[in-house]
Amino acid sequence: MYKKTQTAEVRATQLAKNDPENSGTSAAQHSYLRSLRSRQYRIAVIRVLIFAAFLVLWEAAVRLGWIDGFIFSSPSRVAKTFCGMWADGSIFRHIGITLVETLISFACVVLLGVGVAVLLWYNTELSEILEPYLVVLNSLPKSALAPLLIVWLGANMKSIIVAGISVAVFGSILNLYTGFREMDPDKVKLIYTLQGTRRDVLTKVILPGTVPLLISVMKVNIGLCLVGVVIGEFIGARQGLGYLIIYGSQVFKLDWVILSIVILCVIAMLLYGILNLVEQKCLRGREK
Amino acid sequence: MKPLLELKNVCYAYHSRAGETPALKDISFQVRQGEFIAVVGPSGCGKSTLLSLISGLLVPESGSVLFADGDGGGARREVAADSALREKIGYMLQKDHLFEWRTVYRNVTLGLEIQHRLNEENRAKIEKMLRDYGLERFRDARPSELSGGMRQRAALIRTLALGPELLLLDEPFSALDFQTRLAVCNDVSAILHREKKTALLVTHDLSEAVSMADRILVLTKRPAQIQNILELKFEEPGLSPLARRNTREFQEYFNLLWEEMNDHV
Repeated sequence: MYKKTQTAEVRATQLAKNDPENSGTSAAQHSYLRSLRSRQYRIAVIRVLIFAAFLVLWEAAVRLGWIDGFIFSSPSRVAKTFCGMWADGSIFRHIGITLVETLISFACVVLLGVGVAVLLWYNTELSEILEPYLVVLNSLPKSALAPLLIVWLGANMKSIIVAGISVAVFGSILNLYTGFREMDPDKVKLIYTLQGTRRDVLTKVILPGTVPLLISVMKVNIGLCLVGVVIGEFIGARQGLGYLIIYGSQVFKLDWVILSIVILCVIAMLLYGILNLVEQKCLRGREK
Repeated sequence: MKPLLELKNVCYAYHSRAGETPALKDISFQVRQGEFIAVVGPSGCGKSTLLSLISGLLVPESGSVLFADGDGGGARREVAADSALREKIGYMLQKDHLFEWRTVYRNVTLGLEIQHRLNEENRAKIEKMLRDYGLERFRDARPSELSGGMRQRAALIRTLALGPELLLLDEPFSALDFQTRLAVCNDVSAILHREKKTALLVTHDLSEAVSMADRILVLTKRPAQIQNILELKFEEPGLSPLARRNTREFQEYFNLLWEEMNDHV
């Protein structure tokens, strides 16, 4: 047994000499790490290949006349449209307006979501009274509200932001409130044994204890806000990516439509990525 | 010695839609200054309810819980109606409930923070306790980095930091494995003796009760009444819980307690 360990150590030192990066690890650990790395590499390469193959196929299909480039557009047409709109600056206006609307409605959702959830937690009777209303509002397809909002609030940024809020806010309230209520009752009791008040329970246990939940709820909701904003722009906007999609489809400039969809994909990815970073930063301390 | 705590005919029942569950019936006893009392009884008999009543988290339906703190000149007052009095009673729960989002230091200062008493004097007291109980190196660590015994000691510091005159312990060792449990039990007992605290320990472990207590309160099954109060006398005073386990009296008291509990099943 002792001898075996020794040989493994010897091999490990030899390996460590060959590969300075892995000094101090055993041969088995080394090969495990290597297989792990090659697996990750493979996944990344295949991901990129799928995307590239899709672009090539799309472009080829248009050029070979399998599909009509006028209605299906093509990667090169999208790129050309993008460059054109970049040059006259109009694309920045559309992206900017959609982003600003999304971020404002997201901020409102965070504030409203946490605020109302705290209120419901403070007053359980109120939460019981409001529960059926919240459930109905949450399951209602919010796109049905958008036309109403436009009529009530006018075809302006305000109603688009409200549309964005309406899609995400009810789900956030319900999720956060459920999370608040599921907090370990003994942790709550601890605060009372230390002679704390209900306010201490909120600030020392409930809020800090549900930060991971808050972040995961927000990760879902930033995407929902974007959905709501685009729905709003469909109906009542003169700029923004949602407007570009609707207008493009009406005047048969499908390059605009496809380009807007591509940009929306990128925005959704970026926003999600940012919240992912926030999550890692916030939770790093906890899972040490 | 004057009693520090006195319960007079305390009754308590839980209410739910399904009906009323009487938990405690006519409980009366006294605790003297510096005494260590263990409370044993069948599981679910209302032992934890008793502690909640003494700490003022629950208000008795009838009867009274009276406590005399040092400031009151020995005058005993009703716990439930007096928040200043409640601050003199420390309560340690079954699990340590250290918050993972706080460092060990910020966990042990939680009680002081809540009571707005995090001043220089109390900070110094905490520093000393962290040093004495071997946690100084871990003050900036997260609770998950501590062993079970260390976590329990941190929870004890959190309770002692408030300077309680009476300590309520609700099966504080039951979440630990047996070996750690014996060690922590020894630690805590030494700490309580050193700080000259009066303590009330709820436990379902008879050997733990015999190894730590001066008197043992035996409760009946629900609704709990006092079945008997056992006074423990050891030939050699001041033995640690571990040392007590090796004495002749330990066996005798254990058997006595065992019979006491089984007679009434």
